[in-house]
Amino acid sequence: MATTEALPHDATAEDHDHGDHPAFLAHHFDTPEQQFDSGKLGIWLFLVTEVMMFSGLFCAYAIYRAMRPEVFVGSSVFLNTQLGAVNTGVLLFSSLTMAWAVRCAQLEQHRMLVGMLGATLGCASLFLGVKSIEYSHKMDLGLLPAGFYSYDPHAVHHHEGLSPFLIWMAAPFAIATIGLLVWYVIAKVRKNAFQSLVAGPLLAAGLSFFAGVGLGMLLESGESTEGVEHVSESAEESLAEIGPLVGEEEGIHRQDPVEPTGVEPIDAADAENEPAVARATGVVGQLAQQETNSGVRQQLLAEERQAEMASGRITTSAEDVTGPVGELVQAIDTPRLGGVFFSIYYCITGLHAFHILVGMGFLTWLIVRAARREFESNYFGPVDYVGLYWHIVDLIWIYVFPLLYLIR
Amino acid sequence: MATSATHAGYAADNYLNHSRGLASWLFTLDHKRIGVMYLIGILTSFLVGGLLAMAIRAHLMAPDGALPLTNDQYNQVFTLHGAIMVFLFIIPSVPAALGNFLVPVMLGAKDVAFPRMNLGSFYLWCFGALFLVGALLSSGLDTGWTFYTPYSTTTDTSVVLATFGAFVLGFSSIFTGLNFIVTINTMRPPGMTWFRMPLFLWATYATSIIQVLATPVLGITLLLLIAERTMHIGIFDPEYNGDPVTYQHFFWFYSHPAVYIMILPGFGIISELISVHSHKGIFGYRFIAYSSIAIALLGFLVWGHHMFTSGMSNLTTIVFSALTFSVSIPSAIKVFNWLATMYKGSISLTTPMCYALSFLFLFTIGGLTGLFLGTLNTDLHLHDTYFIVSHFHYVMMGGTVVAFVGGLFHWWPKMFGRMYNEFWGRISAAIVFIGFNLTFFPQFILGSRGMPRRYATYDVEFQGLHQMSSIGAFLLGFGLLVAGLTLLHALFKGKLAPSNPWGGATLEWHCSSPPPHYNFAHAPVVGDPYEFDHIDYDRSIDGYVFTSPPREVLPKTPQAEPATAKDSHS
Repeated sequence: MATTEALPHDATAEDHDHGDHPAFLAHHFDTPEQQFDSGKLGIWLFLVTEVMMFSGLFCAYAIYRAMRPEVFVGSSVFLNTQLGAVNTGVLLFSSLTMAWAVRCAQLEQHRMLVGMLGATLGCASLFLGVKSIEYSHKMDLGLLPAGFYSYDPHAVHHHEGLSPFLIWMAAPFAIATIGLLVWYVIAKVRKNAFQSLVAGPLLAAGLSFFAGVGLGMLLESGESTEGVEHVSESAEESLAEIGPLVGEEEGIHRQDPVEPTGVEPIDAADAENEPAVARATGVVGQLAQQETNSGVRQQLLAEERQAEMASGRITTSAEDVTGPVGELVQAIDTPRLGGVFFSIYYCITGLHAFHILVGMGFLTWLIVRAARREFESNYFGPVDYVGLYWHIVDLIWIYVFPLLYLIR
Repeated sequence: MATSATHAGYAADNYLNHSRGLASWLFTLDHKRIGVMYLIGILTSFLVGGLLAMAIRAHLMAPDGALPLTNDQYNQVFTLHGAIMVFLFIIPSVPAALGNFLVPVMLGAKDVAFPRMNLGSFYLWCFGALFLVGALLSSGLDTGWTFYTPYSTTTDTSVVLATFGAFVLGFSSIFTGLNFIVTINTMRPPGMTWFRMPLFLWATYATSIIQVLATPVLGITLLLLIAERTMHIGIFDPEYNGDPVTYQHFFWFYSHPAVYIMILPGFGIISELISVHSHKGIFGYRFIAYSSIAIALLGFLVWGHHMFTSGMSNLTTIVFSALTFSVSIPSAIKVFNWLATMYKGSISLTTPMCYALSFLFLFTIGGLTGLFLGTLNTDLHLHDTYFIVSHFHYVMMGGTVVAFVGGLFHWWPKMFGRMYNEFWGRISAAIVFIGFNLTFFPQFILGSRGMPRRYATYDVEFQGLHQMSSIGAFLLGFGLLVAGLTLLHALFKGKLAPSNPWGGATLEWHCSSPPPHYNFAHAPVVGDPYEFDHIDYDRSIDGYVFTSPPREVLPKTPQAEPATAKDSHS
């Protein structure tokens, strides 16, 4: 193997014979260090452009949040925090495997490198699986960008069969997974070690998309879809948040985020019968009973209003709540207002998902190269660069998650 | 020196004939060939944009339009003129075409840091150009090159195609800038410190910083605009509760720095031209270098001056106005340093120098009229009039394009190994200078008298000035045609160029004309890029040669000394 000691000679060589260059060193670089540094600077600059690009969207978020806070507060309850949190965890874990992959490349642990890259790819795929559930669910409800926003809280939503949106999003992955399965089986049958080393992680990644879909479905279906009223996932979430204040004694079961199945439907009708103030218990409840303490009363009323709205049962008495909370109803009932939030939601998460897809392309390319054992302690640049790219995609999500899902 | 001892410095085996066939060009990774391909594409765009400009000016010969164009068609013509000139021509002109050719050669490197990405950005440029041309052929575009909402979300012309084209072109620009930053950072040869870099590289570096930082914002803006048209996301479209002024903020956050993407490389060219053709070291090297960076950074803080009449708060407009004036400081530093460089220099009035002198005159007018527009109360009167049209043509055309043409004349012998006809070159410079002033100076008067921009018709009282401007435009077009023909003639009939026809000291003059495939047979010796003391004119090759500086190492005196002393010296 060519070593770095041979290289300074080449820098001054009269002919441009590449004999002294190791195969991985491009002809216009003198040393592997120069090549690595160039690539590293290049990828960092690229990440700067990524940050600038996303900052445009974050700027739009800030501007419109400042202009219409009630729209953002009212609309963000439709986002499923559990799914967002799962995806955050998945991405954080994928950053760990990616960093580990870089280390494996440096240590020339080739099989381990393929495994780590495969794990990262699988996490990416899982993320998209969960995301597809989130998207299709919102699209089914008509929670779309302003031009198409058609959410009707009074409409009855029946979930029969799979959402057509979900089918469209999952179809490419299904086709790819079946193709990979066939390839993997053929490679195994032919005992082609290289091909099965590549096809294995890719197949696992394809399957993890459907694992993500399944996980998403589990978490989404934790709500009741029975009865006349549609109760969206966010309603139960809001109620669960209000729970400590409003009425744990009334049998509103907060759901276990890990095992969401088999939960009873929320008895939302009960909650409507009594005013929130009366139902509030503990210190907060006592404070709220005092007529003078309008702040707590307002807070409770607002939270109840928000929960009601999210549950899609806004019918009357919006006028007895004052202040911006009263406008919440109007905010999400008016497509041209509520749509702005979902416009920004789809733009930010859509662009982020696109970056995940691009990253998956890069990871696949790395898996092929890693299976060929192209990386060594002198040459692990590409793994490092893709790793940096992957971390920024992760980091952007770390900002997206609280801004869209958590801040209410 | 070995390189200039060959037949007039003309290399038999050079990058042009190193390999043959169309595929060897289309798939080349050689920065020089990519630069030449860019040059062809860019000059073609310039021709198209220029013909559209001629059509605009011809139409404006009469108050109701001299050409059989409807007002809608006129809108499309000026929009395409602007979009093609800005996105396809000026932004990539100097960095992508000349920069690609020159940056590695000036660095003494074999190639840019990422040759494949370089080729990729060329194809992105082609791809983006196809979309813009597609917009032209489908249903035109009549929004103006700025795509302001809400008009751009309601017009039924092909805004989506055109904005997607601009989006792709943005990526081409980002990758070029990224490549240059990395190349300049990591591939400088030993001995070339930051302050021994030619000023063209400093200017390119500053340009690249803007390209990398600002262009992504244009990218997201255009994406949002496309989403607005296709999905009505309600961010920019007031019909869906969006805010058109937000679009303007987003757009100008890119497009004002983009103005400096256009002019900074022109500054770089002028720094080289003035120093080389005055045969005198550049005055205030560090000031010119730092002022490029200062312009690049200040350029990010002044976008609001495009929007003084769009409805911003008084405080915001005052702050933007003050920041705008601050940009004039580094610009003035450059102009004064160029003047000081020429002072007591031995100026050769070659074609490139003629263009450089035109630049100084035109850019100064362009810069000074900017002060009227940066002042709040005069801007209210002058906003969206011909005054602003004239102002930015003085800067973009009189500045960047004149510098670009001057740079082409300066490096043409290096790029293609052929000398052009000096006489016709100078004639072209004279015609361009006269034609330019005749075109655009009347427009200052038109604008200050209230003639609005972008109008297809005008009051009869403006006809005299408009006709003067149109005649000037035809003269300007003719001058550029002469320049183009002079250069084309040189390609086929010009005599072979020496490796250093002007007496430049930067590294590109050390390699043969045209450069060999790998630029340098030997790693070049890096010296001061503006040290002209050891460059002598050689009549036999009609060019300059590098002479070895007299070595003041110790040998002479110790020779006379006793052997014992000699030992102690060694």
